Amino acid sequence: MSTTTPTRPSTEAEAPASQGSGDGRMLRLGAVGGDWLDRRVSGAGLLRFMGRKIFPDHWSFMFGEVALYSFVVLLISGTYLTMFFVPSMDEVVYNGIYAPLQGAHVSKAYESTLHISFEVKGGLLFRQMHHWSCLVFMVAIFVHMFRVFFTGAFRKPRELNWLVGFALMVLGMVAGFTGYSLPDDVLSGNGLRVVDGLMKGIPIVGTYISMLLFGGEFPGHDIIPRFFTIHILLVPAAILGLIAIHMVMLVLHKHTQYPGPGRTERNVVGFPVFPVYAAKAGGFFFLVFGIITLISATTAINAIWIYGPYDPSPVSAGSQPDWYMLWTDGGLRLIPGWEFTIFGYTVSLNILLPIVVYGGLLVFLALYPFIEQWVTGDDREHHLLDLPYNAPVRTGIGVAWLSEYLILAMAATNDLIALKLRLSINDLTWTFRIAFFLAPIIVFYVTKRLCIAMQRQKRDLALHGEETSKVVRMEDGQMLEIHEPLNEFDRWVLVQHDDYRPLKAGKGVSSLRAAATSFFFKDRVAPVAPSELREALEHAGHERHRIDELTGGDYTTPDARRH
Amino acid sequence: MSEHVNENPESPRSSGTVSTVAPKEGGGFPNPGLPPHVHRQADENPRAEKRAERMVAGLFLLSVLGTVVFIASYFVFTPMGTNLLGEPGTLHAVRWSNLFTGVGLAVAVFFIGAAAVHWAKTLMPDEEWVEERHHIEGSDETREVAAGIITDGLDESGIARRPVIVTAMIAALTALPIAVLAPLSTFGPLPGSKLHHTFWKKGLRITRDTDGTPIKASEVAMNSIFHVMPEGLTEDLEDYLEERAKAATVLIRIDPELGQNQDSLDNGYQGILAFSKICTHVGCPVALYEQQTHHMLCPCHQSTFDVTDGAKVIFGPAHRPLPQLPIEVDAEGYLVAGGDFPEPIGPSFWDLHKDK
Amino acid sequence: MKALAARRHHPLAFVVILLLALAATGGLYAAFQPRDAQAESYSQDDVDAGKDLFLANCASCHGTNAQGMQDKSGATLGPSLIGVGAAAVDFQVGTGRMPMQNSGAQAWRKAPQMNDEQTRQLAAYVSSLGPGPSVPDEDQLDASKADLENGGNVFRVNCAMCHNAGGAGGALTRGKFAPPLQGVESKHIYEAMETGPQNMPVFNDDNISAKDKRDVVSYLGALEENGSPGGISLGSFGPVTEGLYAWTIVLSLLVGCAVWLGAKAK
Repeated sequence: MSTTTPTRPSTEAEAPASQGSGDGRMLRLGAVGGDWLDRRVSGAGLLRFMGRKIFPDHWSFMFGEVALYSFVVLLISGTYLTMFFVPSMDEVVYNGIYAPLQGAHVSKAYESTLHISFEVKGGLLFRQMHHWSCLVFMVAIFVHMFRVFFTGAFRKPRELNWLVGFALMVLGMVAGFTGYSLPDDVLSGNGLRVVDGLMKGIPIVGTYISMLLFGGEFPGHDIIPRFFTIHILLVPAAILGLIAIHMVMLVLHKHTQYPGPGRTERNVVGFPVFPVYAAKAGGFFFLVFGIITLISATTAINAIWIYGPYDPSPVSAGSQPDWYMLWTDGGLRLIPGWEFTIFGYTVSLNILLPIVVYGGLLVFLALYPFIEQWVTGDDREHHLLDLPYNAPVRTGIGVAWLSEYLILAMAATNDLIALKLRLSINDLTWTFRIAFFLAPIIVFYVTKRLCIAMQRQKRDLALHGEETSKVVRMEDGQMLEIHEPLNEFDRWVLVQHDDYRPLKAGKGVSSLRAAATSFFFKDRVAPVAPSELREALEHAGHERHRIDELTGGDYTTPDARRH
Repeated sequence: MSEHVNENPESPRSSGTVSTVAPKEGGGFPNPGLPPHVHRQADENPRAEKRAERMVAGLFLLSVLGTVVFIASYFVFTPMGTNLLGEPGTLHAVRWSNLFTGVGLAVAVFFIGAAAVHWAKTLMPDEEWVEERHHIEGSDETREVAAGIITDGLDESGIARRPVIVTAMIAALTALPIAVLAPLSTFGPLPGSKLHHTFWKKGLRITRDTDGTPIKASEVAMNSIFHVMPEGLTEDLEDYLEERAKAATVLIRIDPELGQNQDSLDNGYQGILAFSKICTHVGCPVALYEQQTHHMLCPCHQSTFDVTDGAKVIFGPAHRPLPQLPIEVDAEGYLVAGGDFPEPIGPSFWDLHKDK
Repeated sequence: MKALAARRHHPLAFVVILLLALAATGGLYAAFQPRDAQAESYSQDDVDAGKDLFLANCASCHGTNAQGMQDKSGATLGPSLIGVGAAAVDFQVGTGRMPMQNSGAQAWRKAPQMNDEQTRQLAAYVSSLGPGPSVPDEDQLDASKADLENGGNVFRVNCAMCHNAGGAGGALTRGKFAPPLQGVESKHIYEAMETGPQNMPVFNDDNISAKDKRDVVSYLGALEENGSPGGISLGSFGPVTEGLYAWTIVLSLLVGCAVWLGAKAK
């Protein structure tokens, strides 16, 4: 049984063996320099606060850590790269070892990137580690974010941390894009040119913003040094600051946990930071680091010598940004050529509409916790996670959002899909245009129905237990299958969740909110009630009794019995 | 297992019924508490424990091996010096260097993690601990004191009693951000008329993009495409890339019989037409020319332009046709520009149609 | 071992391989070809044999006199081959595009149906119909005389927008595509530039000079010879395949580790 002491967790079994007397502890603290630290920075207090903090164990909780650790790899590898990279657009003649470019006029940024790749020992490895860990960083942020979304971990008190995490995702995109542009190759240069085009499309101030960013006309001589400062100073500093806030809030809130026997809204069940999590989480850093290194050792990324030094004239087929920016390219491919003139001024809807869509998708994601809170009116703290199928509408909304994101990302790869699958790029574009409107609706509906079906199935499981595939024919010809009832621990997970219901308008409930609650909770599967379970168990017991009477408790088939 | 927590997840100060939550029938189920602990092999079997211990030590040693491989490879598989498998100074040497140092480092790092995790899983206590959560919000007393600090502090500052100061402060705080605009303006020049003009002007010879040689009309074969730049746009110019970014042009010869746009044909020379290569959507070089359909495709967002019809948009996100460069032939038979593009090239912008 | 490896990666090794490949694939005869009067170097026997092959394999679409044919609705069945030159034949037949299996948006590269001798005879016949570009000779493909930097520049400006900077190919409108250049013989790339097959524009010597063409094919050869120093190239398709790799292979490895870490030990 758990103690109720708020600060000192202890196991329900015997106390840990390392419990010694107070004197012994001080001695040990002194022996490792702890005494010295404690007298200067209250080290003992900090350790007492943090050392035995409990973290729940689940694989799906590890993606935030993957993001954090790949960020550390980004910092390490990025620092190495800055030792050799020259963020300058001044022109030099390339005379390194890469024969197909010897004698070419390239920028110092491009030349130094080739130098890092080919002539600096370990340079290519660190460059590839930097780029791969960036992709992993964004993948991990995304998976982590949607783990949080689908389990409802963003609910009170964690709404602010959701916003911090959201800001981290956006900053990750900025960091990635600015870094991707630094080598000054044809691929990233055309990416920059698209950004320039987007900015010029902004009414009234567009051309001014473009001129200020590029220090003149595109491409100018300033963009790479400017992006360099943003990439290695501003954005990482902001990311580090937000990570710190993210972590402090994590410690303050304590981690959420999946529902399970013994897990409540008032406790957290898991393992202490020291030593178990120190070893597991610390070890996990090395695992992530190792996997990124292995990928970087074996798989090429961003071969800028093939793309060539930036020149505004060439472009390569299959020009796409890194994956986390793909979706911002998809809308630009799907939008029809809409543009109009008003009082002689041009309004580029073929640029503005996609930007509005991107903004809308992001804002919706950022504000979702508040939207859902408004609908449910739920002001309680939530530390137990929802199982995604227990929140069918939220899960449906999340999957619909992802389908929109995925369609935009896939639209950005339509030329490669057309090439590889031998399809017409025009047909693909039209397919994606239609899917952009239809897919979220279909996906929402299908996901919601799937969740509800799963709820029904879990409900049956809680009431009747596992099917054993053993069927008995009674004397009156009735066929009965023997069910093995769940134990109370397994059943708890299936019956513990809240049941929400729609509200009627009136009595302080606006019709809008009533409609929203109806949208969220109209289709619901009533959870198992204790009386229902009692009845089911009684019925099962009765059935079992009849079966036992008939078979004498021997469930082997008559055939088998004969042998 | 005696404690059955009937969890009603309301913290004291945020109570009140949640209108959308249906009350649980019969008060819901009791939480059965933590299930009985199942011991691991290493907890019960000393040999299994020994095995796990050896495994952890072995994984750590594997990491040492990786470190050795990494350090050794760093010196015997270098890109420029010693390389056991590739000739130094070639991309093959680079590849071996990347592969061996990378795999060495990966092993060195990964197995430290593997060892630590295995240690935690098999040998450190695996009985779950239970920690109580605290209320996030402060106690009533704390909140009262906090509220007191704010009201007292505001009162002491006299902010409510001194409207003049407040007004002046708001004025100062509003004015200061405007100052930020001043340094911002030094980031770059104003657009002026730059976006409305390119390097092309009347009489400038049309030259091949890559070697700068002029082109005779007779050299432009049917169904070929030339990527061209204006004569004199050379690397010694201060704004070489900026001018190239605007001047990039393609030269295509079509059968004049196929032409559907007389203006476009008139601006060309015997079916030789010159169009800006910069897409009018967001500015990628267009230039994927299909000689049988006479369509030009942009690889970035698939805007498609019909060369026989004045480069009109027939598919995709672009709206305006590619601006056409008027061309003529000079006395020696070389193609020259008849003037600049009639309208700005590249992405549309706000004052595109204003003369500058 | 080191010495052997070193020789294998010597720049000249590529030239040697290229020359061997050319000799083996019947490129030898091309060496003796004067560029403008190519028809003369084919014997009358070649032309006659070529005509027989043509009538048997090609005439159903291109017409018995290679004048081209149209179906009833006026759509082209097969274009006229008069004046397309030996280069066009060597490219189309040598890469297996012709004879075409069935009509579609575009002919696909496949294993050649004709052997080198038959291809040569067909080329002899077609080039006898009218002057056109000839099959490039060894000197025109000689990588040792090439300026790779110029080749790369010409390639990026004129070719990469369709064929991809790494030669991985790219999509065109309505199901058409620019095929991958990886693994294609220099000779065939050269011929494609000269003749402009299907929707590819013509890059004759007035557009991209013979020297520039040699630089381009040599540049592509160098790309293949250099390989991918960073490891698996993922098809040289750039960020999309890299992202896909991160979401599949890398994420699976990470999830595997996380599951292992979170699972209770036995």
